[in-house]
Amino acid sequence: MSTTTTPNPSGAGAPGRSREKAPAGERVADWADGRLGIYSLAKANMRKIFPDHWSFMLGEICLYSFLIIILTGVYLTLFFHPSMNEIEYHGSYVPLQGQLMSEAFASTVDISFDVRGGLLIRQIHHWAAIVFLAGMFVHMMRVFFTGAFRKPREVNWLFGFLLFVLGMFTGFTGYSLPDDLLSGTGVRFTQGAILSMPIVGTYISMFLFGGEFPGGDFVARFYSIHILLLPGIMLGLVVGHLILVFYHKHTQFAGPGKTNKNVVGMPLLPVYMAKAGGFFFLVFGFIAMLAAVASINPIWVLGPYRPDQVSTGAQPDWYMGFAEGLIRAMPGWEINIWGHTLVLGVLIPLVIFGVFLALIALYPFIESWVTGDKREHHILDRPRNAPTRTAFGVAWVTAYMIMLIGGGNDIVATHFHLSINTVTWFVRIGFFLGPVLAFIATKRICLGLQRRDRDKVLHGRESGIIKRLPHGEFVEVHEPLSQEAMHTLTAHEQYQPAEIGPTVDENGVERKVKGPQKLRAKLSTAYFGEDGQIPKPTAEEYKEITSGHGHH
Amino acid sequence: MKKLSARRRHPLAAVVVLLLALAATGGLYTAFAPADKAQADTSAQSLAIDEGKKLYAVGCASCHGTGGEGSTDGPSLVGVGAAAVDFQVGTGRMPAQQPGAQVPKKKVIYSQAEIDQLAAFVASLGAGPNVPTEEQYNPEGADIAEGGELFRTNCAQCHNFTGKGGALTNGKYAPTLEDVDPKHIYEAMQTGPQNMPSFPDTTLTEKNKKDIIAYLDAVNSDDSESPGGLELGGLGPVSEGLFGWIFGLGGLIAVAVWVAARTAKAKKS
Amino acid sequence: MSSQDIPEENLPAERAADEHAHAHGDVSVAANEKDPFADPGLPPHEHRIQDIDERAAKRSERTVALLFTLSMLATVGFIASFVTIPADRIVYIFPLGHISGLNFALGMTLGLALFCIGAGAVHWARTLMSDEEMADERHAIAAEPEVKAKVLADFKQGAKESALGRRKLIRNTMFGALTLFPLSGIVLLRDLGPLPEDKLRHTLWSKGKLLVNMNTDEPLRPSDVAVGSLTFAKPEGLEEHDHDFQTEIAKAALMIVRLQPENIKDKQELEWSHEGIVAYSKICTHVGCPISLYEQQTHHVLCPCHQSTFDLSDGARVIFGPAGHALPQLRIGVNDEGYLEAHGDFEEPVGPAFWERG
Repeated sequence: MSTTTTPNPSGAGAPGRSREKAPAGERVADWADGRLGIYSLAKANMRKIFPDHWSFMLGEICLYSFLIIILTGVYLTLFFHPSMNEIEYHGSYVPLQGQLMSEAFASTVDISFDVRGGLLIRQIHHWAAIVFLAGMFVHMMRVFFTGAFRKPREVNWLFGFLLFVLGMFTGFTGYSLPDDLLSGTGVRFTQGAILSMPIVGTYISMFLFGGEFPGGDFVARFYSIHILLLPGIMLGLVVGHLILVFYHKHTQFAGPGKTNKNVVGMPLLPVYMAKAGGFFFLVFGFIAMLAAVASINPIWVLGPYRPDQVSTGAQPDWYMGFAEGLIRAMPGWEINIWGHTLVLGVLIPLVIFGVFLALIALYPFIESWVTGDKREHHILDRPRNAPTRTAFGVAWVTAYMIMLIGGGNDIVATHFHLSINTVTWFVRIGFFLGPVLAFIATKRICLGLQRRDRDKVLHGRESGIIKRLPHGEFVEVHEPLSQEAMHTLTAHEQYQPAEIGPTVDENGVERKVKGPQKLRAKLSTAYFGEDGQIPKPTAEEYKEITSGHGHH
Repeated sequence: MKKLSARRRHPLAAVVVLLLALAATGGLYTAFAPADKAQADTSAQSLAIDEGKKLYAVGCASCHGTGGEGSTDGPSLVGVGAAAVDFQVGTGRMPAQQPGAQVPKKKVIYSQAEIDQLAAFVASLGAGPNVPTEEQYNPEGADIAEGGELFRTNCAQCHNFTGKGGALTNGKYAPTLEDVDPKHIYEAMQTGPQNMPSFPDTTLTEKNKKDIIAYLDAVNSDDSESPGGLELGGLGPVSEGLFGWIFGLGGLIAVAVWVAARTAKAKKS
Repeated sequence: MSSQDIPEENLPAERAADEHAHAHGDVSVAANEKDPFADPGLPPHEHRIQDIDERAAKRSERTVALLFTLSMLATVGFIASFVTIPADRIVYIFPLGHISGLNFALGMTLGLALFCIGAGAVHWARTLMSDEEMADERHAIAAEPEVKAKVLADFKQGAKESALGRRKLIRNTMFGALTLFPLSGIVLLRDLGPLPEDKLRHTLWSKGKLLVNMNTDEPLRPSDVAVGSLTFAKPEGLEEHDHDFQTEIAKAALMIVRLQPENIKDKQELEWSHEGIVAYSKICTHVGCPISLYEQQTHHVLCPCHQSTFDLSDGARVIFGPAGHALPQLRIGVNDEGYLEAHGDFEEPVGPAFWERG
């Protein structure tokens, strides 16, 4: 990595005298510093510490796949024609010879077969998009389950959430561009969904498609949204997200020497420059190899879009699968009243889609309201130490996954030899029941793990050695934990449930307790009451047990 | 793109000639049979019909009735034609093993000669589509691109873009078309087995059918091309998403674990 | 929602150990006795084999260099593949199948070239760069009270000098101007498309239009359509090359099946059919997929997109799935020459429901 920009403050302090002697790199740095102030910037950031943990690199996977998508996307724009003019195909792919298709479709087939390397770049672009969205999902879950969204990082959580949502729509508009039979069916769905909006739906549909579906405009319009509008916003958000990561400094797990007031790890220069920079190449190389071995979206066998043709297995890319599942599972409710139609069968899933996503986006604010905690948190929670939050997260993921199954109900039915109607009913019931069961099970597992941690701290680790005492009793020898381990297992904070306080003040006057306050006290008890957490061992308990007679 | 492979031509040729003869005579028979029974008895086709009748009585009559009139367990076979028999028995669907949403493809238990005899008998019950000749279903020289368009209009809605199959209601399904004999594809279009609608020559011409077979041969056979790499089942975004999660993100996380792990310490022990 | 109601003691106390845990492992024995769980501080740094054995370090160096060299070779391989392998060369590679040789070669060489750069850099960082853990202090994000006071004072001063609060006329007209000007942008969007009017209510079908077979481009006769068969039709006069073919077929696509007239349960369906031949819109009433998974024995038709199921023998009513209403039926008959013809347009809008549908 670059050694030419090594800063030398003393040299910068006396530029006139050392100009001849200073190495070229330093002179360039001086020049830049005089105009951009890079030394001050570097002082704060060059040796910035980043903690080492594989789960902290999930965000990097997203960042790098985003960069890969931009690089390959720019290449694809050089060959793609965002036009819906119908032409006859006369390229090199025989099974489409002489077929009518839009220029968008034809140029995508040309990119795949007549531009050398075009197929590779197309497949890298698409695989990177799949990985980008999957990476964001997992990254978001990592942040959620470790409580990294707490103050001061709520805004960055929202940035990340927006990136996920915008990523979904950027992906969807990109998937629609080739104007193939599969994506066209997806666009048709979008148009049907827009039509279901009360009052404005028909107008928005007419304006978006330049008239009736499919018209001749949507590819060009989606194109500018896909390559300019959405990625532009996303790029801004990514930059903001990164600035905040630098500004807040990274969170870390509890451990010896790690406190809420420091960050322990390796410096950006050189270790993370090499690791993070290297990781970009690793991600890019890995996805390139993925694109070399696995086909994605082979539009040439899907055929050009025709609104009267369709194929079974018509699904969107995975990140829209949740919405697809909601749509598939919904019963066909439709209300006709006063000469107007309310298409609940489509509208309700769309609303649930938004509300369900908003739920996870707003969670940090809900939790901080319940805890009333206004302090900064830089030490991550182990998921078991926040059972209610973890259970909520698992319930959310369960509902999401059940709807993903719903989105692929036909593939599930054929490959597991089930009835598609049964699968749909499973999804309908599972969407409500699954999260509840997942919540209960997760909370119990978390509490069980907390108990185990408590036992480990108080009684030591089970060594597996059985000892026979003089009077014949068999006991297992427990090895006391190291202080590092004991500290790590007891470093988490435990809240007390919030109390409403006396309903009568000291003068005997009745105090009004407002509804929200009652709700909050209830939630707080659920979170931190007896059923919400296992009290962590105290020093007194530990001393009492260790000073006692033995380990059993 | 690849044309019809040679294997289509040889092994079945003899059988097909026989079938052709049988089907033609079977058709003729149905037209003229009641006229003179005694005379027909001596001819080869009536011999086949008799043989077929015996096979039918053993293997089929319990469900379809002794005279092919049908029962609660099986539909009437009057007028389904030899093509239907050749398809159903030739793909092992018939005789059915157990009731269910749909009778699956199984190992064929009759020889082609026996199937022909059965077909001749069933054809004698009432006029229906004959077993196609190789001339009819041989995709040589057909228009693959036209076949693709026809396939997407008529077939892909159930069988998927490249004939990988798909789900129907209540446990029924459109089977995969991989490795299905062109003759059987032709017969299926002609006769509409089980819940598949038929596509008679009046609405989907012989040439149309041939084009469709040629398209399938190009995109859905053992040596069909998948230029992009692994086909992932040809199922579209569901399998792509799974692959992306498991191998794409999974692989990258494995790499991340390596990047973030601490290097082993030189422990003195 | 204020948190003032929460007594401070509900919040866990900051750990006392935090105060003396900044430095490396300087926890005194006294503190240890007081609190068995106290932070012992950063563990002492341990050396890797590369830190103490120069031969191991040399091995690492060679590995890194080898990886970088591999990357160079792979890039050469990429260029060589690009130049030498034809774009249409299909090769068989187990277990991938018959794939494009060029795509595979380019992808693997590019992937290798990039991956080796990354692997080299990471191996370098992991084995040769210092792996001594360091601690950085964090600083409160929120500003000190003096800073906050200064900023608020500055803001007040600025606001006062602008006189915005005092000169209400300026303030109100400015807000008015700023609120109104974005309207121009919204107005500009008006020409994105036409108004809906009654476009969604009409299709190309009209009285006397022949039903033309999608496959053969020939008009259909009743005798062409067998019981149990499935046929798709378009209105006479609509050609694939027509400029508005896509938009018109999106509404006019027709699905024709023939039932035994005694199997038709719906009275209107029977009336609108011809000798058991019924013509339904092919466009799903849910969100508009071309529905056409017809089961000839059950007479059910399933949509491949969201599994709405309609019963074609009973007025195409919805029997499963998310569609809200039956498929529109086209009234048909035969003309003088014996061809199937439409008796008019659909009587209700085809495709997905919308607000004005009623």
